[in-house]
Amino acid sequence: MRLIGKEEIENIAIGAALLGTGGGGDPYIGKLMALQAVEEYGPIQLLNVDEVPDDALIVPTAMMGAPTVMVEKIPNGEETVQAFEALESYVGKKIFATMPIEAGGVNSMIPLALAARLGIPVVDVDGMGRAFPELQMVTFHLDGVTATPIVLGDEKGNSIVLNTVDSVWAERIARSATMEMGGSLMMAIYPMDGRTLKQSGIPNTLTLEEKIGEKVSQAVKNNEDPVQEILELTSGHILFKGKVADIDRKTEGGFAKGTASIQGLSEYQDQECKLHFQNEHLLAEVNEKTVCVTPDLIAVIDSDTGIPITTEGLRYGARCTVIGMPCDPKWRTEKGIEVTGPRYFGYDFDYCPLDELLAKGEN
Amino acid sequence: MNSYRLGIDVGGTHTDAVILDNAYQVIAEVKTTTTTDVSEGIYKAMKEVVAASGVLASEIDFAMLGTTHCTNAIVERRRLNKIAIIRIGAPATLAIKPLTGVPDDLKNIIGKHIHIVRGGHEFDGREIVPLDESHIYEIAKEIKGQADSVAVTSVFSPVSTAHEIRTAEILEEVLGTEIPISLSHEIGSVGLLERENATILNASIVEVARSTADGFVKALKKEGIHAKVFFGQNDGTLMSVEYTVKYPILTIACGPTNSLRGAAYLSDYPDALVVDVGGTTTDVGVLIDSFPRQSSLAVEIGGVRTNFRMPDIASIGLGGGTIVELHEDGSFSIGPESVGYLLSEKGIVFGGNTLTTTDVAVAVGVANIGNRELLAHLDLSVLKKVYARMIEMAEATIDKMKTSADPVPVILVGGGSILFPAQLQGASEVIKPKNSGVANAIGSAISQVSGQIEKIFKTDELGREQTVALAKELACQEAVDAGADPGKLVIVDIDEVPLSYLPGNATKIRVKAAGELLDNKLVSNS
Repeated sequence: MRLIGKEEIENIAIGAALLGTGGGGDPYIGKLMALQAVEEYGPIQLLNVDEVPDDALIVPTAMMGAPTVMVEKIPNGEETVQAFEALESYVGKKIFATMPIEAGGVNSMIPLALAARLGIPVVDVDGMGRAFPELQMVTFHLDGVTATPIVLGDEKGNSIVLNTVDSVWAERIARSATMEMGGSLMMAIYPMDGRTLKQSGIPNTLTLEEKIGEKVSQAVKNNEDPVQEILELTSGHILFKGKVADIDRKTEGGFAKGTASIQGLSEYQDQECKLHFQNEHLLAEVNEKTVCVTPDLIAVIDSDTGIPITTEGLRYGARCTVIGMPCDPKWRTEKGIEVTGPRYFGYDFDYCPLDELLAKGEN
Repeated sequence: MNSYRLGIDVGGTHTDAVILDNAYQVIAEVKTTTTTDVSEGIYKAMKEVVAASGVLASEIDFAMLGTTHCTNAIVERRRLNKIAIIRIGAPATLAIKPLTGVPDDLKNIIGKHIHIVRGGHEFDGREIVPLDESHIYEIAKEIKGQADSVAVTSVFSPVSTAHEIRTAEILEEVLGTEIPISLSHEIGSVGLLERENATILNASIVEVARSTADGFVKALKKEGIHAKVFFGQNDGTLMSVEYTVKYPILTIACGPTNSLRGAAYLSDYPDALVVDVGGTTTDVGVLIDSFPRQSSLAVEIGGVRTNFRMPDIASIGLGGGTIVELHEDGSFSIGPESVGYLLSEKGIVFGGNTLTTTDVAVAVGVANIGNRELLAHLDLSVLKKVYARMIEMAEATIDKMKTSADPVPVILVGGGSILFPAQLQGASEVIKPKNSGVANAIGSAISQVSGQIEKIFKTDELGREQTVALAKELACQEAVDAGADPGKLVIVDIDEVPLSYLPGNATKIRVKAAGELLDNKLVSNS
């Protein structure tokens, strides 16, 4: 167990943006929420996953609804408190700790704000090791853990416990309730015991985010390039260096889809990289050959600032380094690939791990 | 009878003034140093340019001022109003309080009266909770005599203005109509924290704007100039003195806007990149249809994040006075320190002993000012490398601002534009227009007058296209009423907010139209 405060939060926000692989939304609001909560309630206890008792109840928290509503109707911070209370009385057990469901954007910060407020620990673990767009894309789902009971809470004090027959119904009811309750709310989801968490979670995500953030802030301060340090921390590889030459975006089925073309610079002169995204970066091609594909991670780092760029933040002329990072081994299983692999996202080819793709490219 | 207009632009280093005739020909131009008391420099420039032009004071019908008074007040944290901040949104929004993320030195000055009240709306226009009117009465009584300006921001006020307007009514009832009230829906769009910050900044500079405007009007009168007075705003259009005093935050980026608009006018290129080289920085902006491209990202003013519509400008520390250091091992560094307006004393070619970018440009034969002989002791091969690096810096910034890889025309303006050659990478051509040294003041003088409407339309009745056309027509009429030439109107801004809670696909549409000032003397002799 260790305590984390403002500086750690700033660093975690940067690291989460990198592991968010271009998605997860702008972490700005989430970060401010966490910072204010720490200011008001004091530092947060961060627990290693081994420190969680097997029978303890752990409940991840995340936002639900439209990020565009959340930037106008800022949360009040009590939404999840009510959701947690409702869940506790429903299952008849105290919640021991919370945790993030994913790495990236708003959802890596919300559990921190909540933990400070409730005085409960945050477990250094998550369910993706990156960001994904859909609720079932978590490692818990691979092990048969259900998302329900889900509890939704709004700023007015309403909370709803959803105990549905399956996650499709949960999603359907939650969506219409979200609209009725004001478009943006907080949820408690995937409640599980410590034993399940140890087996199904991806450990040390927050610490990794913090280390990445630390290196990036340090590099920014010294006007250095943080890429090498990031690669060491994440076992990543540089896929490409260049400048954004074109971006083609469209909104389809509620997702921000598109393709960015990057023109090579220095050792990549005269080469082209294409990044395909749907909220997150899913596929990177160099000279029309796949170099990295989901569930492996693709991140874009601004060469001028050293800061990760989100898919919304990509703009013509930005000089950047594209890096690939191996995903957690849990995603490389048959079920993992079925849930988050290229075919699920509509690409007509099989998953091939990053290192194999790179080895092929060199031959 | 002749008709002239006076344009003044106050920049960080220089205050420029021009007199134009009614065909927009430059009759006289003057460049003076910006003084610590900004107003002094304005009066000096005004007097000098009138004298130089030979124009009679009575022949000057319009006076336009683009000034940094308000920007400086925020950046320097000086002369700010004693404000009260009211946010309407509880029980929502409490997780991030007003002024979070604002630098402490500013927060200490403007954060003395912060209140969060129950109220505000959902995205679909329903009330989150009813407005807590008795709380507003309490706050009004508490801040009476304590605050001299109030900022009011309500959740989703771009969708429903009701709670902000009711709050203003109560405040006026208790405080009287003398205390200025800034309402967020009149200032920004969706994005609570950024809109609230812009509203707070607006409330903080009301007094600075009022005294600047009064001072300018008085100074004109003293010179016998009875012109109609306008202030320049971010989008390159003008606002009246009354409007400026109410929405001073709108003046905040008029400097770069004026320079871009001046460049468009001088070069006659409506679509181009503008490279404005000053004493300390080079600012690169983009012209689309003679207006600056707006930034899509959050813009910081004095360390405060806002979602204001501002020209998209990339700025690098490379100007005419930028200091160049040569190291023993043959390496070198360029800026960001600058000798600024002291270039004519400190630059080597002017007899000083500080090596500047201007000296380097003279050494390599691009610029031709001062005494080149004074550079003879320096190693020309090193200076050539420095110059190549300067060009690289400018070209990289130009490239960053382009929206595609195709070459575009580049217009070079500003006092430091002599630094750069007639060819730059990424430019289809490089244009250095005449009078480019005072492009800012010219941009100020040729600014257009605008009219704005904001109204809820039912798009089901006419269809979206026709509805927007109707909204544009109404905005144009407003611009004409404000004095614009009906023959030369353009739409400068459209903002649509769908209001899903109302039937008939209701949409709130805000349109701003702008056009050149119609010179009444030429039309009616009145």
